[in-house]
Amino acid sequence: MSPQEESDCPRFDQAHSFSSSDRRISALVRHLTVPTHASPMDSISAAPTSAFGTADSVFAHVVQAPEDPILGVTVAYNKDPSPNKLNLGVGAYRTEEGKPLVLNVVRRAEQQLVNDRSRVKEYLPIIGLAEFNKLSAKLIFGAESPAILENRVTTVQCLSGTGSLRVGAEFLARHYHERTIYIPVPTWGNHPKVFTLGGLSVKTYRYYDPATRGLNFQGLLEDLGSAPSGAIVLLHACAHNPTGVDPTLEQWEQIRQLMRSKGLLPFFDSAYQGFASGRLDADAQSIRMFVADGGECLVAQSYAKNMGLYGERVGAFSIVCKSADVARRVESQLKLVIRPMYSNPPIHGASIVATILRDRDMYNEWTVELKAMADRIISMRHELFDALRARGTPGDWSHIIKQIGMFTFTGLNSEQVAFMTKEYHIYMTSDGRISMAGLSSRTVPHLADAIHAAVTRMG
Amino acid sequence: MASRAILQSRQGISVISGARWMSSWWKNVEPAPKDPILGVTEAFLADPSPNKVNVGVGAYRDDNGKPVVLACVREAERRIAGNMKMEYLPMGGSVKMVEETLKLAYGENSDLLKDKRIAAVQALSGTGACRLFADYQKRFKPESQIYIPVPTWANHHNIWRDAQVPQRTFHYYHPATRGLDFASLMDDIKNAPNGSFFLLHACAHNPTGVDPSEEQWREISHQFKVKGHFAFFDMAYQGFASGDPERDAKAIRIFLEDGHLIGCAQSYAKNMGLYGQRVGCLSVVCEDEKQAVAVKSQLQQLARPMYSNPPVHGALIVSTILGDPELKNLWLKEVKMMADRIIGMRIALRENLEKLGSPLSWEHITNQIGMFCYSGMTPEQVDRLASNFHIYMTRNGRISMAGVTTGNVGYLANAIHEVTKSV
Repeated sequence: MSPQEESDCPRFDQAHSFSSSDRRISALVRHLTVPTHASPMDSISAAPTSAFGTADSVFAHVVQAPEDPILGVTVAYNKDPSPNKLNLGVGAYRTEEGKPLVLNVVRRAEQQLVNDRSRVKEYLPIIGLAEFNKLSAKLIFGAESPAILENRVTTVQCLSGTGSLRVGAEFLARHYHERTIYIPVPTWGNHPKVFTLGGLSVKTYRYYDPATRGLNFQGLLEDLGSAPSGAIVLLHACAHNPTGVDPTLEQWEQIRQLMRSKGLLPFFDSAYQGFASGRLDADAQSIRMFVADGGECLVAQSYAKNMGLYGERVGAFSIVCKSADVARRVESQLKLVIRPMYSNPPIHGASIVATILRDRDMYNEWTVELKAMADRIISMRHELFDALRARGTPGDWSHIIKQIGMFTFTGLNSEQVAFMTKEYHIYMTSDGRISMAGLSSRTVPHLADAIHAAVTRMG
Repeated sequence: MASRAILQSRQGISVISGARWMSSWWKNVEPAPKDPILGVTEAFLADPSPNKVNVGVGAYRDDNGKPVVLACVREAERRIAGNMKMEYLPMGGSVKMVEETLKLAYGENSDLLKDKRIAAVQALSGTGACRLFADYQKRFKPESQIYIPVPTWANHHNIWRDAQVPQRTFHYYHPATRGLDFASLMDDIKNAPNGSFFLLHACAHNPTGVDPSEEQWREISHQFKVKGHFAFFDMAYQGFASGDPERDAKAIRIFLEDGHLIGCAQSYAKNMGLYGQRVGCLSVVCEDEKQAVAVKSQLQQLARPMYSNPPVHGALIVSTILGDPELKNLWLKEVKMMADRIIGMRIALRENLEKLGSPLSWEHITNQIGMFCYSGMTPEQVDRLASNFHIYMTRNGRISMAGVTTGNVGYLANAIHEVTKSV
């Protein structure tokens, strides 16, 4: 405003002690003041429908979104004042003391990075840290994988598992002839949105059998068998989330043959390599079977859990192609997906991973720590199973020790879950999924009590 | 072929089959064109010449041409190393980092902050902030378009295109004057339908370095009010333009004074040298706190299926620095130092060209501001700079002044003079 205008204008805004409504009134007053100085713009009168004189938001119609069902659990947990509360929601590893864990080897890697004064923070290339990409491919496909040796794999650094899935989905939506992806029922809550926003349409295939609390293998084969040729199929590489139910190797082989015979495109989500059985190679078997037959597939890898790098958002997306030439072209197109999304990925977490994977000692140290985490989870499974048996809790709870990975699909229904939250301050997702990582020897009895009460009182 | 596979497996023969005969699903995938900006660095790296100069990518270099990690950043990293839990941040990112970041853009004592009227989330640097906003715009104003200045950072077009928001352009750069085409800009603002969405560079316009004056910003803001337009500010260079973050936020403050409910993308890539950490912030000013809560929740809904939650490391560096008065002061000093060096290089480059007796006017080098100078050179001249002189810049003639040093400014001036003197 010109000095002339300013003197015409009541100066409410100078009094800081005024309330927010006073401040808004003063802002409106400033809008309503007609400028008195001559300017070339004066000949334009305000359009009748213009916003002149109002402060209406163009987004006034935006309603509050519901809480994310998984992350919302932690929000609710944080609000609870009870000393007995237990967070079994998010799949983040906890120690026996219930504390988050930063792996020793990760600390070592971080120190190395901090102490290296030659390191800079420049932009990574669009596809991320080259060494990280190579090492990640070796980790999941095996260092001697023919696909790697033949340069048929393109691997790009992405933002953890979510980012890898999203980049993959966007790539498929642009370059693949089929736009439908089949996802298992149930699956990680974020999967449908990732694929939908990525431009694919989502269908389902049967997976979990509530009656057995195991795999509905027949249903799976039927549903994949009736999918249109070329359809994309999402497969959890190991430690299925949320059920913890994995196919056996023999079942995987059947799935592979069926998919290859129908030309279905495998899209693996590998979020728990090493975390399921405690052995990195064993947990990658499903993927390696598909790669070994010479066919193509997509793989999203996350280091959130197995290296405890959750918040650093470290992951890798790979496409195994028929030829090196195809892999190169595919890689160039992946860049076009990534650049308008975030330009290039964050450097810190990938540097930690590369530091660890490239060093024999650190790699070995990592495998030991990883196995310790996986072993602790397995022992929690056994403790919970034993505790329920000791209480004579009705039902067959053997699925707790049969399921694998971070989660147990308890089979509890949403009413029982709500009861457990209200009466016992147990926080879990309403589908009955509990994160075993959130349990300790100390808290297992409390959970067992809660389950027992829920089952006996609420049927 | 498929039935043979099943038959063999029933017979108990272990056979890997069924896939070898199939051709690739990706046969028809074309090789993508190289990114025009990042491709320059690739070409530079491949050049063996000892005289090569990279004035392509906008990443700051010191007077020795070396990348810089700010002292405040090193100290922050030292403090946080070994202490980080690395747990997931909330979907909206680090609350502390966002709070400090909003203070920078909106002013420490902003009423908007006091009244909690700003919906804000941590984003993946400037790109991520723009993309989140574009997705949000698509979802909640599906009939809207985005007006983008000519020229602009090339990736802006990609971002809104991938968000499926239709684009239009508005006049900005005036090639004849190598300055702002203010009259055409104002015409475009007036002629756009009421309530249009505009992308504005808050300061240090990329790639031209041409910014409206304060008076011009006031007129733009006024006309925006008349038309009810939405202003989305991309602020990637706060502090980097003039050396003073408060001054560089002037355009935004003018709009806020006028009551506009703006959107803003902020980046710490350049001004804190955190390029590869991908730290930034997206904010949307709302009518009241309730609306801000709603809008923030919707921004989170867009982030969740893209990357779930943003990276923690860079955010922690930022909040460590901005949350500590001593470190913050150190940062302000270092930002000013970077800006001053660039301003010094602008003066040196212009003086060198004038001393060489160039027939052209090079005033624009010192009139323009920020990291880039829009030299006015043609693509052919740029190509000759690369092939004859091993000097690399984007083909629009944009020079990243950050790549200019006392060591190479003479060589650069000479080369520019050589390719332009017969124009």
